[in-house]
Amino acid sequence: MNMLYKPVILWTDALIYLLVIVVLAFVWYVRRNEHMLAPWRRVGHSASGMAALTVLVFFIAIGLLDTVHFRPAVENSGNSEQVYSVEVLSLLDVIAEPLRTRVEKTYSAPFAAHLYARETIELPDGGQVREFPRLQFGGAHLQNPDVQLAVDVAERAAAGAAQGFLGWCVLVVLLGGLLARQDNAGLLPTLSAIRRGTTEIPWNAVLLTLMLILSLLGAALALSTHYHIFGTDKVGQDVFYQSLKSIRTGLVIGTLTTLMMLPFALLLGIMAGYFRGWVDDVIQYIYTTLSSIPGVLLIAAAVLMMQVYMETHPELFDTIAARADLRLLFLCIILGVTSWTGLCRLLRGETLKLREMEYIQAAHAFGVSHWRIISRHILPNVMHIVLIATVMDFSGLVLAEAVLSYVGVGVDPSMISFGTMINAARLEMAREPMVWWALLSAFGFMFALVLSANLFADAVQDAFNPRVRTWSLKAGKLRRTERTKTPESKPVAAAAKDSNPP
Amino acid sequence: MLNYIIRRMLYAIPILIGVNLITFTLFFVVNTPDDMARMQLGIKRVTPEAIEKWKHERGYDKPLMLNDGEEGAAKFTHTIFFEKSAAMFAFDFGRADDGRDIAHEIKSRMLPSLAIALPVFLLGLLVYITFALVMAFFRATYVDFWGVVLCVALMSISSLFYIIGGQFLISKLWHLVPISGYGGGLDAGKFLVLPVIIGVISGAGASTRWYRTIFLEEMSKDYVRTARAKGLPESVVLFRHVLRNAMIPILTGAVVVIPLLFLGSLIAESFFGIPGLGSYTIDAINSQDFAVVRAMVFLGSLLYIIGLILTDISYTLVDPRIRLE
Repeated sequence: MNMLYKPVILWTDALIYLLVIVVLAFVWYVRRNEHMLAPWRRVGHSASGMAALTVLVFFIAIGLLDTVHFRPAVENSGNSEQVYSVEVLSLLDVIAEPLRTRVEKTYSAPFAAHLYARETIELPDGGQVREFPRLQFGGAHLQNPDVQLAVDVAERAAAGAAQGFLGWCVLVVLLGGLLARQDNAGLLPTLSAIRRGTTEIPWNAVLLTLMLILSLLGAALALSTHYHIFGTDKVGQDVFYQSLKSIRTGLVIGTLTTLMMLPFALLLGIMAGYFRGWVDDVIQYIYTTLSSIPGVLLIAAAVLMMQVYMETHPELFDTIAARADLRLLFLCIILGVTSWTGLCRLLRGETLKLREMEYIQAAHAFGVSHWRIISRHILPNVMHIVLIATVMDFSGLVLAEAVLSYVGVGVDPSMISFGTMINAARLEMAREPMVWWALLSAFGFMFALVLSANLFADAVQDAFNPRVRTWSLKAGKLRRTERTKTPESKPVAAAAKDSNPP
Repeated sequence: MLNYIIRRMLYAIPILIGVNLITFTLFFVVNTPDDMARMQLGIKRVTPEAIEKWKHERGYDKPLMLNDGEEGAAKFTHTIFFEKSAAMFAFDFGRADDGRDIAHEIKSRMLPSLAIALPVFLLGLLVYITFALVMAFFRATYVDFWGVVLCVALMSISSLFYIIGGQFLISKLWHLVPISGYGGGLDAGKFLVLPVIIGVISGAGASTRWYRTIFLEEMSKDYVRTARAKGLPESVVLFRHVLRNAMIPILTGAVVVIPLLFLGSLIAESFFGIPGLGSYTIDAINSQDFAVVRAMVFLGSLLYIIGLILTDISYTLVDPRIRLE
C-alpha cells in the first residue's frame, strides 16, 4: 500500500486530543445544565474577556494545526517498500511551507532584501568587492530594492489588510444575519445594536478584535510570501515561522501541566478534606514537604535527572521530534508534580467546609457510600475552584517556560519555543548593528498570548465566585458590582514566594 | 511563646527529612551513579574503569542505603545516603566538581545575593504599597481603571524582557551604568542600581494588583463605614485605619520570603554577572554539577521552612487576636 504520508501521534499530541475531547464533553454537559451555564453567561458579558477569548481562539487554532503530525513519504523509484522521511511535519508546516523552506544563509533584518553581514563577492571580471549580498528569497522579485522596497511593502501590506478587512465584513454580515434571525429583527437594527454595544454578548468588542486580527493577519500573509517579515535567525530560518511554531509549545506547557496535576490535586485534596484523621495528616505532610522545596530548584533537579535518564535510554524514541516531544512531556509532568500543592490545599479547605453541610450529612444518614458522596456531591461543588486555578495558572506557565529554557532546564534545544528563541537571540544583543528582531517577535507573541490569557482568566474568575466586593468602572459611570476575591494564584516561576498560612 | 517556637521547629524536622529523602531519591535512585557517570563522561567512549574512577572521586562508589560489607554502625554510615544526604543536616555539602568546598562557596556568595535581593524586596514593598494605596484611594475612577490595566500588562511581560530591555536601554543606549559586573564595598553601588530597578519593575504588576485587592477588601468592612460616618476625612480613614489593618496580610505574606532572599535571583544574577547563589546554581545546572544542585535544593527548603516559622510568629506579633495554642 502506497500512502503519501504516515500519520504520527506523538505523546503530547495524544494528550492534546484527549484534552480536546474532555473540553468538548464539558461544553456539551454545561450546555444541558442551566445552573452551570449561568456563570459562563457572565463570562460572556465581559467585553475584555470575550475580546481576549477571540485572540486565544486564534492561538489555539494555530496550536491545533501544529498538533496533527505526520511523516511524508520519500520518493523512491521502483521499490515496493514505501519509505517515510525521518522528519516529522505538522499541518501548520504544510500551510506555512514557503516560510519553512525558504531559508537564507544567516541573519537578515525584517523586510530586508540584503543579508545582515558583508560578504566578499566575486565579480564577473575577476575582481572582488565586499558588500551585502542579496537574499535568496526575501525581496528577490525586486530589481532595485533600494528604491522599490518601501513602495512594494506598502502596496502588499495594504492589499493584504484590505483582503482581511473584506473577510471581516463578510463575517459581520453573517453574524448580523444570524443574530437577526434569532431575534426576529431586521439586519440593520441588529448591526446598529452591535455597534452601540447593546447586545447581550458584547459583539462589538469581539468584532473589533477580529477586525484587528484579520487585517494584521491578511497583511502578514500577503507580505510573508515575498519577505521575511520578522527577519531570519542565525541559520537563516524565518522568525515569523518560528514564532508560529512556538505557540504550540507554549499552549502545551500551559494546558498539559494542569492536566497532569489535576488527578493528584483532586484526589489528594478531596481525600484529605473528606476523610480527615491520619489520611489528612499524611497528605498534608506530603504537600508541605513538596512545596517547601523552592519550585525552580526542584524543577531543575528533576529535569537534570530526566536528561540523564533520556541519555541512557535512547530506545524510547525513534526520531528527533519524538525525543523533543518526550522531553516536553516530562517537563509538563515535572511542572505538574511541583505545582499541584497549591490547588490541593485549596481543595482540602473547601472539602472540609463542604462535608459539614446539611445535604452531605443527610447523604451520610441515608447510607450513601463515600465514593458516591465524593463524586456526586463534593466534586461538582469544587469544580469552580479547579476551573479558576486552571485558567489562572496558564499564563504563569507560559512565562515560566521561557525562564526555564533560559536556565537550561526547559524544552529540548531542538524544539522551537519562546524560551529557545529568546535564548538564541540573547547572545546576539552585543552585535553591532544589533540583532533585535528574533527577541522582539518572541516577546511580542508571548505578550499577546499571556495578556489574552490573563484577561480571560480575570473574566472567568469574576464570573465564578461572587464573594468579595470590589469596584469596577463601567462606561464612565460609577457602579458597584459584586466581584470575586482573587485566590492567590501561584505561577510556577514564583513558587518560591508561596505562603503557607498556619 | 518560646514553647510554641520550639514546637514549631520540631515540626520542621520531619519536613526536612522528607525533603532530604526526595532529593536522595531524585539524585541516586531514579538514576544510579553509573548513569550519571556515563552521562558526564560521554555515552560512547566510556570504560568501566573511568566510571569507577569518577564514582570514587565523588564518593559514589558505596552502596545506597545499607553496606553489607561493614560491621556495626559502619553498616549504615559507610553508605551514599549517610555520607551524602544525611550529612547535609550538619551543613556538610561535600565538594563541587571543581574541587571547592560547597559550604564555603555558599557562605561567600550569600552577601552579593543579599545585596540585590534585599533592596529589591524593601523598595518593592514600598513602591507596590504606595501605588496600591493610590489606586484604592481613587477606586472606581479612571486612575484606578488604567492602573489595573497597567498592572495586567506588566504582569503579562516576561521577566526576561525587563532584564534584556533594561540592559539595552539604560546601559547600552544611555551609558548610565555598567551592563553587568560586581565590585566590593561602595563600588558595588553602580552595579546594583540597574538590577534593583529592574527587579522592582518586574514584580510590580502582580503585587500591586494583589495589594489593591487587599486594600479594597479592607475598605468594605464595617469599621471603615463607621469611621466615615463619624466624619473622618477620607485620608485619615485610609492611612490610620485601612492601611494599618491591611498591613497585617501584606507583611505576614512578605515575611515568608525574607529567608529566601539569601538565595538571590536565578536569572537576574546570571544576566548581571553578580557572583551570588543564584548564578552559582545556574552554573551548576549548566555544567551538571549534581552535588551543588542537591545542596541548593536542601538549603532552599531549609530557608523556606524558616520563613514559614517566622510567618507564624509574625502573625501573632501583629495581630493580638491570634493566640498561640
